[in-house]
Amino acid sequence: MGKNGKPKVAFFDFAGCEGCQLTVVDSLQTHLDLLDAVEIVQFREAMTEKGEDYQIAFVEGSCTRPSDEARLEKIRAQADVVVALGACAHLGGVNALKGLHPLDDVRRWVYGDNADWYETYEARPISAVIEVDAVIPGCPIDREEFVRVVKALLLGKKPPIPDYPLCVECKLRENVCLFHIGEFCLGPVIRAGCGAICPTYGSGCEGCRGFIPNPNENAMKDVLAEAGLTVEELMSRFTMFNAYQVQAQQADEEGK
Amino acid sequence: MSAVNVNINVHHVTRVEGHGDIVVDIKNGEIKTCRFEVVEAPRFFEAFVRGRPYYELSHITSRICGICSVGHATTSLRATENALGVEISEQTELLRRLNFYGEIIDSHVLHTYYLVAPDFLGVGSVIPLAESHPDIVMRALQIKKLSGDLCAMIGGRHTHPVAMAVGGFTHLPTESEVREMKGRFEAARADMDATVDLFASLPWPEFERETEYISLTRDDMYAFIDGTIKTSDGFSYPIEEYRQVTNEWCVPFSTAKWTKHNRDAYMVGALARFNNNFDQLHPRAKEAAAKLGMKPPVINPFLNSAAQVVEMVHCIEDGIQIMDELLTRGIQPEEPPAVRLNGGGEGVGSCDVPRGILFHNYVYDEQGICIQANCVIPTNQNYANLNADMRALVPQIMDKPQEEIRLLLEMLVRAYDPCISCSTHFLNVTFV
Repeated sequence: MGKNGKPKVAFFDFAGCEGCQLTVVDSLQTHLDLLDAVEIVQFREAMTEKGEDYQIAFVEGSCTRPSDEARLEKIRAQADVVVALGACAHLGGVNALKGLHPLDDVRRWVYGDNADWYETYEARPISAVIEVDAVIPGCPIDREEFVRVVKALLLGKKPPIPDYPLCVECKLRENVCLFHIGEFCLGPVIRAGCGAICPTYGSGCEGCRGFIPNPNENAMKDVLAEAGLTVEELMSRFTMFNAYQVQAQQADEEGK
Repeated sequence: MSAVNVNINVHHVTRVEGHGDIVVDIKNGEIKTCRFEVVEAPRFFEAFVRGRPYYELSHITSRICGICSVGHATTSLRATENALGVEISEQTELLRRLNFYGEIIDSHVLHTYYLVAPDFLGVGSVIPLAESHPDIVMRALQIKKLSGDLCAMIGGRHTHPVAMAVGGFTHLPTESEVREMKGRFEAARADMDATVDLFASLPWPEFERETEYISLTRDDMYAFIDGTIKTSDGFSYPIEEYRQVTNEWCVPFSTAKWTKHNRDAYMVGALARFNNNFDQLHPRAKEAAAKLGMKPPVINPFLNSAAQVVEMVHCIEDGIQIMDELLTRGIQPEEPPAVRLNGGGEGVGSCDVPRGILFHNYVYDEQGICIQANCVIPTNQNYANLNADMRALVPQIMDKPQEEIRLLLEMLVRAYDPCISCSTHFLNVTFV
């Protein structure tokens, strides 16, 4: 704790777009009182000060190179609570699409003969490297959910992240089901909590919040196939944000 | 021989988007090293969008950057529409431009108020300003909320917009939403006046170095979306010939690639647009420029932030005009047109996003699957120029205390508003 009794909080970023940290900054528009409840000791994107004494660490971005692991382990050693902030840290996110191609091909495609100058390996969620105490899902995170999770953490409670599918929230919003108008959506197998924002704005769920526990993926694949998606399109839907998980599952099944 | 010895190594410059280091080493008055190094983890977007269907591209590439995701999405959609021959309606054009203005304002207010202003007010971040200058912070939050709400009205949310699709929108704002937003824009004029006064009062560092300024340009308006490439050295290219301008190469100390055109370096961004397209700014934006003491050509790179203030005024005023037009026409319940793949094809899209001119270039096969992709990011195009500015500035200031040199160099880096996380990297792919 800081001298004033407020918990010290730090933000860290790895490979990502920093959109989740920006959402944190934007949460101040409506929740300026958050600044009264915590002491921010490190937030490189927004402030110069760099404190190394913190209890809660928010980590944005995926781990994409061996040298990231040491930095993550240092954060883990210091923080009482490590929170994965957003899809890249939580799932690997779009960065993990890289893993669908051979690594050497990806490096040469971008850097040509200079590929060896730059360190990289398959993108992974931070939970593949360190233990994570809480996640705030989404690409980007939902502003209100961020505030709810912070409040829960400050009270020592388990963060209220839903484990039911997106369809629940979509129904509550009285949206017309996209399958009924010939569109595709991953809502039945993806974690709710975003207020079903994509279907509400006419675009099918792309799965940025990750699968619910025990999703019935085979039934989902049947639904998508019935709706006319080819196998390739179907896998494309599943992998946009969850390539790391899909590949891990495939490896698991092959190993059995 | 001078006795000046300076050794500065700023690891991960703060208050910029992404990871970069400043390294300066001066021994006995001789500059041994002076450069800005990009150490961002590379992300390889151009490699991993291969194999993805055309309708996913704008959704994936908006994730290049959380700040300019509308800019990436718009550029991506234009590249796909040009590749597949998709026409867009006038209403779509108006809504995209309005959405784009929301992002310009959002990004510029973030940069000028949250990232730049603390240097002038002697604090390390915007947070202590909440106590010392609450009026400034409340104004910044209010402008940022306005621009974010505008983007949410059109795209569903600002960061990673939902409703932007190939050919149009999957969701449209209602007329009453547009009317209310227009009222809020009109009310924001007072905030814009206060913003201009604030930034006109700041003691901008005196430093000048002329360079080549490159931006989009159009006959009919101050260009942000589409147009042709204009350089202040007198060159002009259609966007399809962007490689004539960008000519990249790799440097080992930077994961971002460098570019050059007519000289060793060029500058893109608000200052380049201001210099190239000043005549087309809204009269109120020109008044703001006069208050800020700016008349083109402005060759002080620190004033890139002041040019952003001018552009905020322009976007508020032109945004009001667009909303007027939308209300006069009425919002038509349009859906994006059906896309005919026509055997695939290649297309280039270009927008002048908050940090400068951006290119996306895709090739699609006959199934509409992306088989080649290239993105050239504005921040990458500025690195060579930023480094040239650093090399020109350091000899002028190297007698100052080391802390002061460090602060001035950090301020120079921040003036460019680098968005290093955008470092998707240019690639030397030969398109066949």
